[in-house]
Amino acid sequence: MIPPSARWEGGAEWLRGEGEASDVVLSSRARIARNLAGFPFMTKASSEDRVQVLDPCRRRVLSDEFKRASGAQSVMWVDLHEVDKHERQVLVERHLISRQHARGKLSTGRGGADQPRGVAIGLPSERVAVMVNEEDQLRIQVIRSGLALSELLEQIDQIDDALELGLDYAFHPRFGYLTACPTNVGTGIRFSVMLHLPGLKLTGEIERVKRAAEDMSLAVRGFYGEGSEAAGDLYQVSNQTTLGKSEHVLVHELEREIVPRIIDYERHARRTLLEKRRPTTDDTTNRALGVLRTARLLGVEESMQLLSHVRLGVLLGLVEGVEQHSVNALMLQVQQAHLQCSASRELTQQERRIERAALVRKTLGGA
Amino acid sequence: MLCESCGQREATIHEVLIKGGSKIEKHLCEVCAQASEIEPSSNLPISELISKYMVSPGVQPGAHPGDESEQRRTPATTVCPSCALTVREFRQGGLLGCPGCYDAFEDLLAPLIERAHEGGVCHVGKTPRRALDSGRSKGDVARLLGDAHERAERLGTLRKQLTDAVEREQYERAAQLRDEMRRVATVQQDAGEEVDGDDAHGEGSQA
Repeated sequence: MIPPSARWEGGAEWLRGEGEASDVVLSSRARIARNLAGFPFMTKASSEDRVQVLDPCRRRVLSDEFKRASGAQSVMWVDLHEVDKHERQVLVERHLISRQHARGKLSTGRGGADQPRGVAIGLPSERVAVMVNEEDQLRIQVIRSGLALSELLEQIDQIDDALELGLDYAFHPRFGYLTACPTNVGTGIRFSVMLHLPGLKLTGEIERVKRAAEDMSLAVRGFYGEGSEAAGDLYQVSNQTTLGKSEHVLVHELEREIVPRIIDYERHARRTLLEKRRPTTDDTTNRALGVLRTARLLGVEESMQLLSHVRLGVLLGLVEGVEQHSVNALMLQVQQAHLQCSASRELTQQERRIERAALVRKTLGGA
Repeated sequence: MLCESCGQREATIHEVLIKGGSKIEKHLCEVCAQASEIEPSSNLPISELISKYMVSPGVQPGAHPGDESEQRRTPATTVCPSCALTVREFRQGGLLGCPGCYDAFEDLLAPLIERAHEGGVCHVGKTPRRALDSGRSKGDVARLLGDAHERAERLGTLRKQLTDAVEREQYERAAQLRDEMRRVATVQQDAGEEVDGDDAHGEGSQA
């Protein structure tokens, strides 16, 4: 099998920094959970069950209808139980599979890396990905740069229909689409936006905004989802409720009411930094660029934090000579598995730090 | 910082878990993190919900102020007849075993689901097209949207929610409820059953 990493020609589309409100919203994502009628959920599925689910699902994601609905030029299928852990980790870093799916293990502890499961990825944009045999049998994801939840809903709806042409979904008159975890029943849909909030972080208002979002029953998480730290001042905001509200209502609440408010807060914080704390902000952002251009050793977390400040500097017009899209791309390239996969042999931690620093210096025009 | 587990290598994996309101930090090196497979639990909300809103014999719920319906909530069924998942397994893992579990444990799950979804009790939104299209015969539709009694009950609930929404000037929600009522009523018509005139037509002019 061709290793997935050999196929990444362009950068992930969602990191391009385009679209509505892209100064604050890095990307938007919609994900739906589906299970097949007549099969146990993963918790109770034997390896045979898993294969019996995998086969029809794979046929559907490789169908013409799916390709059309996903708008992809081609669809790549990866049998995750057959690729090595670095390859799986690259997919995690590109937000194409969950960490749980990479491990093949459920939160209950069942399963393992050898369990039959896979992912379909629409190429070259990587906008569409379908995980098969994750916590739910199907987890369909569509991702885009900027604030674009309405478009995502439209597309994921079509993809869902295309898959459903050959699959019989588990559905309940009261609880809607049935999922392994009762917190996902109903529409089974989660929308999330990845927000870059360095302004709120620097002005110290981030906790207040986080609490406010949580009070509105939204989940606020880090760059890599549940349980991850907000590396590089990146926060994911998503709906918690999936039952009792239609998909359109959810989109409306997030896209028209809640997210715009957070965007306004962040923009206000950035203006404050520029107007009232200009020398400090000028120093913080340019100093970050200075470190990135000269460092010989860089860890992931440090890189992400410095890149966040540089990105802020570029957006505020304080940092010159750096393109925003190369900063965005670096946020992915500095991740562990991405570095590992661009090397020809297994790197030690120290070697990765050296490689990371070299990559960053080269990209940002350092010495 | 050195790894908490081996105390030799540099800690590069830092995780913060919020468990039961307290913060637990873990600092591990890559080797130990992989060995321990410690992963932030992906179902913290559900474990919290289970401890607070699920009652089973012999186990005190975490927080249940003034709950008088404990006995009523105690499930009659403790094993799913379709997949053999036990209530105990669900309490521990937070995941159900099969679609049939939702019927087997309906009474037990209902309060928990309502909590998890901010008061949402009934599905609103997309319905499998294939199931609806192919399910035009009376029996199939009933299977899909419940029997006549269930649908009548649901229409009643929706009507009440609609009145609430209009009173609170939540027009977005009102519109959504109307759509849902129309859908249930239409299915009722298609199924060849008597339709309550109010449900099918009455709500169109409001809001």
